[in-house]
Amino acid sequence: MSAAEENPLLDEFTRKEYEFGFTTDIDADTLAPGLNEEVIRIISHKKNEPEWMLNWRLEAFRVWQTMEEPDWAHVQYEKPDYQAISYYSAPKSKAPLGSLDEVDPELRATMDKLGISMEEQKRLSGVAVDFVMDSVSVATSFKDKLAELGIIFCSMSEAIQEHPELVKQHLGTVVPVKDNFFSALNSAVFTDGSFCYIPKGAKCPMELSTYFRINEAGTGQFERTLLVAEEGSYVSYLEGCTAPQRDENQLHAAVVELIAKDDAEIKYSTVQNWYPGDAEGKGGVFNFVTKRGICETRAKISWTQVETGSAVTWKYPSCILKGDGSVGEFYSVAVTNNAQQADTGTKMIHLGANTHSTIISKGISAGNSQNSYRGLVQIGPRARNARNFSQCDSLLMTDTSGAHTFPYIETKNPTAHVEHEATTSRIGEDQIFYCLQRGLTEEQAIGLIVNGYAKEVLNKLPMEFAVEARKLLTISLEGSVG
Amino acid sequence: MLKIENLHARIGDTEILKGLTLSLGAGEVHAIMGPNGSGKSTLASILAGREDYEVTAGNITFDGVDLLELDATERAVAGIFLAFQYPVEIPGVSNINFLRTALNSIREQREEAPISGKDFLAKVKACAQLVELDGKLRDRSVNEGFSGGEKKRNEVFQMAMLEPRLAVLDETDSGLDIDALRIVSHGVNSMRSADRSFLVITHYQRLLDHIVPDHVHVLAGGRIVHSGGKELALELEEKGYDWIVDAQATEQA
Repeated sequence: MSAAEENPLLDEFTRKEYEFGFTTDIDADTLAPGLNEEVIRIISHKKNEPEWMLNWRLEAFRVWQTMEEPDWAHVQYEKPDYQAISYYSAPKSKAPLGSLDEVDPELRATMDKLGISMEEQKRLSGVAVDFVMDSVSVATSFKDKLAELGIIFCSMSEAIQEHPELVKQHLGTVVPVKDNFFSALNSAVFTDGSFCYIPKGAKCPMELSTYFRINEAGTGQFERTLLVAEEGSYVSYLEGCTAPQRDENQLHAAVVELIAKDDAEIKYSTVQNWYPGDAEGKGGVFNFVTKRGICETRAKISWTQVETGSAVTWKYPSCILKGDGSVGEFYSVAVTNNAQQADTGTKMIHLGANTHSTIISKGISAGNSQNSYRGLVQIGPRARNARNFSQCDSLLMTDTSGAHTFPYIETKNPTAHVEHEATTSRIGEDQIFYCLQRGLTEEQAIGLIVNGYAKEVLNKLPMEFAVEARKLLTISLEGSVG
Repeated sequence: MLKIENLHARIGDTEILKGLTLSLGAGEVHAIMGPNGSGKSTLASILAGREDYEVTAGNITFDGVDLLELDATERAVAGIFLAFQYPVEIPGVSNINFLRTALNSIREQREEAPISGKDFLAKVKACAQLVELDGKLRDRSVNEGFSGGEKKRNEVFQMAMLEPRLAVLDETDSGLDIDALRIVSHGVNSMRSADRSFLVITHYQRLLDHIVPDHVHVLAGGRIVHSGGKELALELEEKGYDWIVDAQATEQA
């Protein structure tokens, strides 16, 4: 008996349309497809960048041309034609925007659909939002309040104009241009992203939040995020994504660099809900992201991610624990359904003494999807008494989905203590029946069980994100037991 | 209230129920006893709507409604509750959240308004007291790390919260020490009322000292082979099941 016959709901919900599948009709200033030096010069020129930035991009492009797209991940996809992508698309705006009221009403409507009405955000939640549509930031709020503390939170383009020395000093220091194929590409063509600078001793009083959104058909989005936390400072940063439905694949190759100086703490949370493609896997976003942070002495970086979207995900938010006593954390829930493929995990590189890292990964596989955890724990020769605890759990919703775990452990110091636990379980029919007997519907039962399973990770998210993430998990998996 | 007629059911190729007939009136407590493998737990599962079993003949009506037409959720909404023999654990889901979701789901399907937070908490408090369930167990994940006795008390707690019209207790006494047995029985007895019926499945007469049934039935070989009053339980305790099963066999021969 086929899974669909066994469970009519499965069939119904796997055909469920992507809920955020809409596009905004805005005049866009879009570059013809293709990538060459000229394109990079145009991007740099349009953004009115200084010479050093252009040279940095050109160097990255030269490096990228010598590199090959990696194929070691447990994913299969048709490699994008990099000459068929347009590398620049900016919403046309007549003059610099002085206030939110000047934002294009269409754009505002899009924000409303995403549930991020700026006024509401301002008034109620105390979240400063740097909204990126396609590649240019169009609205930034709360800037003045942050400025009082000396905190800089702006688009990358603005940072290059206003704070060139800070950008120049830190850009590419955590993820070097030649780190990998996608980081080199990003370095050459990134059009925008976020920049955040927390001065010495400052505790950022609000969650900093950025919503990215791919909008123009066929436009790759290459954000660049740089977050610098000076000595003894603290910041919590939220990144959330939704993308409209598309027929062709959309490439998303972002680079995120975090720098936590002595005694600083950075909490970086992501809810990722890019368009995953249809039930056969047609369309959908390729999410090839390089995220890495470096911790100086006693600094702490904590990555939390809830990944429910994208056709193909290739993503390993990592920590370089350089300073003695530094701490790295990675908390992840990755859901794959239908034909989605995810290869995600983390790298914890212990260089300093007494460094600690924790990895909690919860994979959930439904439909015909493939979900892999890939993680590296590396203990360097100087890392006396380094500690790592890793827990990788996989939950299978169907017989036709796959869960894989690829843990790599390299220890060059005998005092290191590394623990790895892994479990794989099938969602229990007994659990579901127990819930049904108490009057829950099947969707409620699955939502409850899955959220319970992922609770350890969801609890790490800031409150407003946790609510959204719980809904997303339930929506992504409704009726998917087979 | 509940009428089971000539019920035949199987799991895979094995026929387990072979013509079971039973009827329960409103407010009555019936006990089902019988040797291992006679089909007691199968009966409980079928009443609750578990799909692993295939009903091949016969019918079940509940308040005149064809029960076999309803799925498990609809049966719960209709007022059927099963206290599981082996309650499952649901990690990461608090008991309280679970019950509130269940209660409101039932209310929604009955087109009733959701229960208010205040009323819900008051109800939780009252029901928890009934089975001496302490605060920690209410707030912990559903059955996770509960002892055998705590799980059974939690089942009765949930029963009290959901106020079913028909409660099926599947070997609720198994694994209980004498104190837990007393607590669980007290919970059940407090819920007895003129419009609520109980089907108590048990191996041991011991439970029936505490929950005194109106009728006792012996289930053997997939059928009710003997019925009597509460004194039948004592007789079974004394003489075992063989005399009934043998007599039945002789009768049939």
